[in-house]
Amino acid sequence: MAEELSDGVIFKPKAEVKNLNFYYGSVQALKNINLTVPEKQVTALIGPSGCGKTTLLRCFNRMHDLYPGNRYEGQILLERINILAPKVDPIEVRMRISMVFQKPNPFPKSIYENVAYGLRVRGENKRSLLDGKVEEALRGAALWNEVKDRLNDLALNLSGGQQQRLCIARALVVDPEIVLFDEPTSALDPIATASIEELMSDLKDKVTILIVTHSMQQAARFSDYTAFMYLGELLEFNKTETMFAKPSHKMTEDYISGRTG
Amino acid sequence: MSSLNLEEIRRNINRRQQINKIFAILGLLVIFVAILTLLGLILEMVIDGHSRISPDFFTSFPSRKPEKAGILAAWVGTSLVMVVTAVAAVPLGVAAAIYLEEYARKNLLADLIEINVTNLAGVPSIVYGLLALGLFVYQFNLGESILTAGLTLALLILPVVIVTTREALRAIPNNLREAAYALGASKWQMIWDHILPYSFGSILTGAIVGLSRAIGETAPIITIGALTFIAFLPDSPLREEFPYISFAWLQAPFTVMPIQMFNWVSRPNAEFHINAAAAGTVLIGMTLMMNGIAIYLRYLFRKDIKW
Repeated sequence: MAEELSDGVIFKPKAEVKNLNFYYGSVQALKNINLTVPEKQVTALIGPSGCGKTTLLRCFNRMHDLYPGNRYEGQILLERINILAPKVDPIEVRMRISMVFQKPNPFPKSIYENVAYGLRVRGENKRSLLDGKVEEALRGAALWNEVKDRLNDLALNLSGGQQQRLCIARALVVDPEIVLFDEPTSALDPIATASIEELMSDLKDKVTILIVTHSMQQAARFSDYTAFMYLGELLEFNKTETMFAKPSHKMTEDYISGRTG
Repeated sequence: MSSLNLEEIRRNINRRQQINKIFAILGLLVIFVAILTLLGLILEMVIDGHSRISPDFFTSFPSRKPEKAGILAAWVGTSLVMVVTAVAAVPLGVAAAIYLEEYARKNLLADLIEINVTNLAGVPSIVYGLLALGLFVYQFNLGESILTAGLTLALLILPVVIVTTREALRAIPNNLREAAYALGASKWQMIWDHILPYSFGSILTGAIVGLSRAIGETAPIITIGALTFIAFLPDSPLREEFPYISFAWLQAPFTVMPIQMFNWVSRPNAEFHINAAAAGTVLIGMTLMMNGIAIYLRYLFRKDIKW
């Protein structure tokens, strides 16, 4: 199965958003979104504040189900299963799709327990298995060498950048199919940001990444595909180089050249 | 900017700072009034009663001779009643708070329950006593026992435990809830693994604050028929032989500290008033100790948690 963009770019789809509308109560936040997320690539969602990019991201792990009054219309297909269907338990979706939040939010527990938690909720308590998985995830998040001697220390004693990498390890430990990143570097300094970006580029060989970012440079630097959103609509989706070199939409051009947003 | 202009700015700032200072001084005065009143009351009682406080005072039963009378039955009764109250009120209150805060949908029913809980906190304690007399003593035939008293006081502090627990749960930042959900946790796992451990210190504090209200209650205990003169102890909860633990004490008649005080105060003999002051000092000491434990526990559980 392969998807073809208008100018002949071909990729393998991982998830497909079809005619998605989303409502916060009576306010429509997403309008008829259609988007194909390429497998094992980084797809960036960009657009001015309030355009719905975070709202769209949070549809992918049914985060909106936590609050009353939210409503989805349409589909997000993950391997032909509509993960928005009411009969699909949000827990099932969240076990397949992990998320890293804007502000690092480690649990006030030890580093080890933070990473192991995703396995613990599944009922996995075998120490030898947890040890291996935790190490693997921390290595995957480029944090192992910094914390291997203090796995039982409180996670809150880590620096901001380390906390965010811990949150990435926590998201990776369960071998997710997709990892959602919601502006993961907006609370970090430039050096920590660089290390997180490098990490995300390394991850895309293993996992599909969908990232919301406010930073145009960030999207240009390491994403493969970019989707531009404006006022709840998806205006343009293309290979990142193409979009930044010759945007087909006037709005996109204004935004990425800094005239709006 | 000219110097005149700067003068004016300074005058303006001065005016506003003065109002600020007035409020600070006023606040300090009000606090002093409150603290001095409290200290005055406690001091007067301690001065009156301290001469009677000795080991004998704690190990003697009440007596017709004031210098031989002690608070053994009263402090043992109070302690046992508090155990029953804690065991009944804390799990019930915490469970109710978890349900209301995390599970209940925000609708008319939830609002009704909310208003009810808040109002329950304001119901006079004697009314709880009447309810307990009808329900526990006559309906359930629990007798005028420690069990009845403990359950009555548990009802009395249930609203306090519920309200403080809800506040403790609400204080946990939402991003930790989302972090747990995002990893595929169920609601119960989220509550059990995160919300409860992180708010444990505050919940405990709320429970102890509720218990220190219960420890001084007199009216409902008198209503359910506690004795005022008692010269024996309830069965010991600990046994020499298997199963080493006994619950017979739950059915025992009892008295509590405030009732012992009330009894002594209402005697004509002034000597007994000194005993009352001494018992009051001990009761305040017990309350302060419980509050101290609450503060220490909160410190202990919160020192590792910050967000």
